Formats: sequence, structure tokens, C-alpha cells
Amino acid sequence: MSHIPISVTVDGTTYDSEVEPRTLLVHWLREDIGRVGTVVGCDTSSCGACTVLLDGQSVKSCSVLAVQADGQSITTIQGLAEGEDNWHPVQTAFKECHGLQCGYCTPGMVLATVDLLGENPTPTEAEIREGLEGNLCRCTGYHNIVKSVQYASDLMSGGAR
Amino acid sequence: MTDTLPDSLTTQSPMGRPLRRKEDARLLHGQTNWTDNIQLPGMLHMAILRSPMAHAHITHLDVTPALSEPHVVAAFSAKELGDLNGAVPCVWPVTDEMQAPAFPALAIDKVRHVGDCVAVVLATDRNAAFDALEAIEIDYEALPAVIDLEAALEPGATLVHDAADSPGTNECYTYHLPGTGIPYDEAKAKADVVVKRRFINQRLIPAFMEPRAVVASPMGVSNEMTVWSATQIPHILRVLLALVTGLPENSLRIIAPDVGGGFGGKLQIYREEILAVQIARHLGRPVKWTETRSENMVATHHGRGQVQDIEIAATKDGKLLGMKVNLLADMGAYLQIITPGTPLLGMFMYPGIYKMDAYDFNCVGVFTNKTPTDAYRGAGRPESTFAIERIMDELAAELNMDPMELRKKNWINHEDFPYATIAGLVYDTGNYEAATAKAIDMFDYAGLRAEQERRRASGDPVQLGIGISTFTEMCGLAPSRTLGALKYVAGGWEHCTIRMLPTGKVELITGTSPHGQGHETAWSQIAADILGIDVDDIEVVHSDTGRAPYGMDTYGSRSLAVGGQAIKKAAERLIEKARVIAAHQLECSIDDLEYAGGAFRVKGDAEKAQPLAAVAFEAFSAHNLPDGVEPTLQAESTVDPQDFSYPHGTHLAAVEVDTETGKTTLRTYVCVDDVGVQVNPMIVEGQVHGGLAQGIAQAMYEGVEYDEDGNLLTASLADYLVPSAADLPSFTTSTTETPSTTNPLGTKGVGEAGAIASTPAIINAIVDALRPMGVNDVEMPASPQRVWRTIQEAKAATA
Repeated sequence: MSHIPISVTVDGTTYDSEVEPRTLLVHWLREDIGRVGTVVGCDTSSCGACTVLLDGQSVKSCSVLAVQADGQSITTIQGLAEGEDNWHPVQTAFKECHGLQCGYCTPGMVLATVDLLGENPTPTEAEIREGLEGNLCRCTGYHNIVKSVQYASDLMSGGAR
Repeated sequence: MTDTLPDSLTTQSPMGRPLRRKEDARLLHGQTNWTDNIQLPGMLHMAILRSPMAHAHITHLDVTPALSEPHVVAAFSAKELGDLNGAVPCVWPVTDEMQAPAFPALAIDKVRHVGDCVAVVLATDRNAAFDALEAIEIDYEALPAVIDLEAALEPGATLVHDAADSPGTNECYTYHLPGTGIPYDEAKAKADVVVKRRFINQRLIPAFMEPRAVVASPMGVSNEMTVWSATQIPHILRVLLALVTGLPENSLRIIAPDVGGGFGGKLQIYREEILAVQIARHLGRPVKWTETRSENMVATHHGRGQVQDIEIAATKDGKLLGMKVNLLADMGAYLQIITPGTPLLGMFMYPGIYKMDAYDFNCVGVFTNKTPTDAYRGAGRPESTFAIERIMDELAAELNMDPMELRKKNWINHEDFPYATIAGLVYDTGNYEAATAKAIDMFDYAGLRAEQERRRASGDPVQLGIGISTFTEMCGLAPSRTLGALKYVAGGWEHCTIRMLPTGKVELITGTSPHGQGHETAWSQIAADILGIDVDDIEVVHSDTGRAPYGMDTYGSRSLAVGGQAIKKAAERLIEKARVIAAHQLECSIDDLEYAGGAFRVKGDAEKAQPLAAVAFEAFSAHNLPDGVEPTLQAESTVDPQDFSYPHGTHLAAVEVDTETGKTTLRTYVCVDDVGVQVNPMIVEGQVHGGLAQGIAQAMYEGVEYDEDGNLLTASLADYLVPSAADLPSFTTSTTETPSTTNPLGTKGVGEAGAIASTPAIINAIVDALRPMGVNDVEMPASPQRVWRTIQEAKAATA
């Protein structure tokens, strides 16, 4: 199968690569460039575990071909705040509110939250639940995820909620 | 050294505090080590050809065309694999007569469920391995599929297993447990009221978020066969892989790195694990397999799958006399690790929290052409709790009593503990009155009943229903002697080793194997409390048989209830060894020393003190140890629990049912759980939330559906309704604390409580909303369509 050259910036580093046209963005991230913080949870675009930011917008990276990301910029969970000592407010909120247990849905849940709060900095509980509908979690029952998003909103808006 | 006492001297005990989790920094930064992340030099990717048929003869199978496909290194069916085609073991032969058919890793001649493994391809590229499956030649000759449990037992039914030595039936086993009281029929003869119901406890899919994955490397970490697997049970897996493959157990190292959820679904030895090991060994190269979600739905074991015929007998004033249980339990096509025992884990719990004079339990395990069943969150206890809590509501309706009053009349009072139940257990402690009083208060039970009356009177199309579940469960699996009496092959002990290193840091080596439960944090809290050191100075080592060689892993709400005891004892033993060294250093008798806040002090002489870290360095340097004391500061403990523990609680649900559309909205959910002493209440609450979501999902959303040919209709997350945030409300949770007396920490389990309690609360609420319309049951999941149809049927019946 012929390969197509792409150039994609991931978490601030630009990667030049050649991919099969059918390669999904998530597989390219994980297997070609070793950004394994982004994970695969399903094969029907149902679970949202693979969510990344593509030019600032959250996308399920299993629903984007690697070639479609050519020339664009991606933020994964590994680049949201580089290094374990640096914390994005959404990461801080998920830790403080126990918004994760096994952590497998967490990369997608955090990035979907970043996008949600970008569009709606002070969402209601109903808006949070609707906004995260595309991200499945099997551990938390979502109760503490909702609290995490509310707390992140507080942190990011300086308590404006 | 006396002037450098640790800071922790001034800090409060970490026990019982909602400490934020140690695990979270790496999980929130994507610095995770999932099995699928692993890439090794020379590694091959395994792809599996699975049966699209539920039941068929394989009339032709040739894997050789796959060998000419790009990047393919090898391909195997059962024929090529020969002796390497290991048999998947079942470790719980529940009766001597149980039918235990062969379960080869790759099917031989016949397939028995959609998803059955037929052949494998190994390639240097993952996509190439999948592509090459297309080249395998295979023909099937379809056989009738065995789907319905009752039909499966009829004479002349198609047999799932028809080998020469087969007993000629789809019955796997029959298990009878008579209660400890009078015969059921004698109790029934005295009854004014007998209520009988058939409940369907549907099949469910565990649907943990991280699909299964395994990497087997014959070069290993140090030339042994190292197996990384997304499993809940690395230690049990090591023993079983050794038995299945013939590899020496001491040359097998099993590592469960970060594991993304399990819920019983990763309490297993799977055929893919056996295949990866055998093929890696055969080819001398690392082999990796990662499940797709579509494979997960057909190939990871399912849970539940019971037809429950329940009968309860009572006097007209509501005193329970006896209960009779007849189960048909769906085994699926093969027996996995504890398939036959899973329904029996519930057999002691059908009487729930109630006193009665008679009990009779009977269970028939049935083979079908479906994915094997096995443990799923609660494993047996959600089924028993559903049955008793549902039929209590039906009995209350029959007696025209408030369902809560009926419960109060029959439950075990707090002063009755310890209480020997009719099923043969001894419940150590409980306080159902306290948990219920608190829940009723938080829920506004009286107010909601008044609102319900108003809505009924006004003929509101949206009716309000109130559901109750006053549950208990047995957890902390398990006393080894009890397991032996039940014919389970292994024991139920747990191990801990605690080692203080020369620099004062501590390694806590546990045999539990967390996959989301926060053991690294909670275990540190237990040990830090006893050792008087900082939680952050403790590293919890787990889930690697090379570093944590002994353990019985994580399932059945056992890790804290059993593993916690080992941590406590090991920590206390470490202090006792240190005390001898400290007394020598301080030139006093050990009886003159007291230990607090991380340091030994001479009683009555505050100036003479020795921090534990200083003792650890002395134990390391060994320059001046007392005679007969061995160097190094470490201690271990292996604890066999004296008994189960019995968490309980009162769960209350208020639902609104639109009687015109059948749509149910969960308006309020209140629960008060008694899980004994809590190490970390934040983690406890999170466990309750997650359990609630899964139990509510069984009631409202999830259910495995097969067609009559045995095709799985709910074969993806687009078709199988794992609830999203939009499908659930926030919960109101609280606790009471009645310490368990079966372990010295006073803890119980909490991992399964929410899933066990919540399902009947929801269905009771829906039925309660619709009872004036003549509805007395609704099958799960109570989808709008099903609720609407139930209403129409009730209307037709009463018209």
C-alpha cells in the first residue's frame, strides 16, 4: 500500500511521517510516534477515550485519519501540561474531586472537558452531562467527573461561577 | 540521631482521611503503562480468526494461504498448534458429577459460540495480521444453536457438547443447598400468603474501558517467560499458565501494569493469554495481542444470565416463614475459571437481611451456544439481592403493607448480632435500623409518598415510584477452608511484605492487584498510620510476580478486607523487630520502649528516642546489632481471613415514569452504606458511585441480546448501552459505621456494594409507580419500549 507524507505537530513537536492512507490518527499517535498517553477504547467511535485536541477542538482520534491531520496541531493528554509537576486546571480538578479511578477514560475525559469549558466556561450540571455524553467512563458513575468539571470551571474562571 | 525526629510526629493519622490519590499524577498526565503500550524488539502481532457462527462443524480449515500475505510470519489452527493448544482451565468444579467439557484455546472441529477462536495469524505489523485473516480458508456446516435455558434442558435438545464421553445433556450441574431450618414445605404449609415470581437476571457485559491485552516474551525481563497482561489476577494467572503450558512456574513472570478496570471481567485466564505464551515460546519471539472492542463483546466473558424462580411464604401479618429458590444459570458454551461457581456465590445471600424459618436453594447450570459467563461486579450477590428485594416488595403489595414496614418487621435487629442465618452464614455485625433511618431522612420518604399519592389521585401521566433496597452482601473472599468446602481449588489468603530501606523509604509489597481502586494510596495510609511515617515515604509494589511474588489478587471486594489485615500485621511485625534493635541502641529493655510518631522513646525519658529510619539504617549497616538479630528491617504476613465481612445499606430511588411513553427518569437516588471502618472515605464514595452506575445500568439500560441463531445483537458499544453522563443523575450518598469484627481493622468491602444494591431499588421504584395500573413486574433493562409494553399488557389484562 502506498504511503503518504504528513507533517503534524503533536504537543509542540513536529513529526514528519509517511503513513498508509487508512491509518487512524490514534494509531499513528500510539504506534508511529509513541505518544501512548492517548488510548483506544472501542472501534465504533462510542467511548471517547482517544479524544485529543485538533487545532484546539476536541476530536475522537479514532475518527480522524492521520492524513487528515496533516499540517495541523494536536494536543494530547501528555502535552496539556508537560511534566508531572505542571498541572492544567482540569487535571488539578480531576485529582481534587476524585474524577478518575482506573484512568483509562481520563485522557479523553480531560481533553473533552478542556474543549467544553472553552466553549462554555460556566456550564450547568445538565450542560456538563450533555457535553461529555460522547465520553464513557465505567468506574466513576460520572458523579465525581461532573464535580471535577465544575471545580475546573471555578479554577479557570477565578470563582466566577 | 535524637534531634532529627521525623515531621510525621506532629501530623495526624492518615487513616480515615480523604487523601488525594498517589496514582493520579501519572494517570492525569498520560504517563501510563498500559499493556498495549509495550513494544519489544522482534515482536509479533497476533490476530485471531473468530467464528461468525454460534454452533457449527468446521468442515474445511486451511491457514496456509495466510502465510503468503505480507509481513506474516506464522499462522496456526488447532491442527498446526498440536500439543501447544492448551486447554482453558476451570478451577471450581462445584460438584463431583459436574460436566466439564474440553475447552481448547483454538477450537477443534467444532465452534460453540460467536467469537469462538478458530485460528491465529502472527505478523510483524498489526494491520497486516488482521488483513491476513481474510486469506484463511474456512467452511462451516451450521448446527442448531442452543439459546433458551429451558429448551436446552428438554429431552432431545441439541447438545452444546456431544463428545463421546459427554453425559448427553446440556446440564452442567445441579447444586442443592438446604437451609439450616425446617423444610420449606413445612413452613409453606403454615403460610397465609405465598408469592411466586420468575425474575430474569439478564446477561451483561463487563465493558471495562481498557480492552484486554497481553504481551508474552520468551526473552523476558531476565530470560524468563515474561507475560504482561491486562488482568486482575497476575498471581493466579501465573499458577494456571504454568499448569496449562507446562512451563515451570519459577520461569514465568506475570506483570499486570496499569490496568484499566476489570469488574470481574479480567478475573480470568483467557485463551488469548495461553495462545500468546505458547506461540511466543514456539517461535522464540515476543507475541502481542490486543483485543478490539468488537472482540471484547463476544470474547470477554459475560456476567449474570439467570432465570430465577422465587417463592416466599409469610403469615398474613407479614412475618416471613420461608423462601425457595430455583435457578437456571447460563454457563455459555464453555466453563471459564469460575463459571459454575459464580451463581453459587449468591446462594447464601437470598435470605438477605431477614429472619425466616426455612430456606431451600437449587441451581442448575446450563450450557448454551453463547459467550461463557463468569464473574461480573457482585458475582452471584446482585442476583440474590435482586430476587429477595424484589419479592419483598411483591409480598408487601400482596399484604397491602408499606414495603419498608415489611422489611422492618423481618430484618435482623442490631442487638441480634452475631446472627446465624437460615442459609448457614454468621453475620458478624450490622445495624440496619441506623442505615435505614438515615436514608429515610435524607430521602424525605414521607414527603415523596405524599407526592406519589397526589399524582395518583390527579391521574398525572407522569407517575412517581419509590424503590427500596435494604441489602447485605458477603465479601472479603475468603476463608480458605470455606473455599475448600465449596470445592474451589485455591485459597483466599493475602500477603504483605513491608521493608524499610536504609534511607528510610518503605516498600510495601502487596499481593492485591489494583485496577482503579487506589490501593497505592489506601495501603500507604494503613501502613503509615502504624509505622508513624509519612504516606509519601511509602511505595506500594504490586501486580508483578517478580517483585510481589505472593498474592491472591483483587476481586470479590477482598483487597482491603483480607489484604488490609496482612498490611497491618506486617507493619506491626516490622515495629517489633525494630524495637529489639532500638532497645539495643538506646541501651534499655524492650519493655521500656514506647513507639509513637515514627520513633521509639524510653518511657519517662523524652530525651532518649530513636527514629525508625535510624533503626533501619542500623539494620542495614549491621555494625551494632544485638546478638541473634538478622540484618535488614523487613517483615511479612500472610493472613487467612477468619470469616467473610458483611457490608449492608439502605438504598432508596425515586423515579418518574411517563406512562404514555414508558420513559423512566431517575429523579433521586439516596444510599447509606455501612462498609465498616473507612481507610479513605473519598475512595469509598467513588467505589459506591461506580457500583451504583453499573447496578442502575442493569436495571435501565444494559442487556445482552442474542437472536435465535445465536448472533450477538448487542455487539458494540453503539448497540450495548453503557450509560453516559447524560443517562445518570448525581447521587446522594452517606455512610454509617459498624465495624466488622472479622478483621482487626474493622473494615468490610465496598467494591461491589453499589452494584449489588441498586438494581432492585430501581425496578422496585418503576413497579411501584405503575402498580395501580396492574403492573407487578418489569423485565430488565426497563427500556421505554419495554415499560410501555408492560403498561399496555397490564391494561389489557385488567380491562
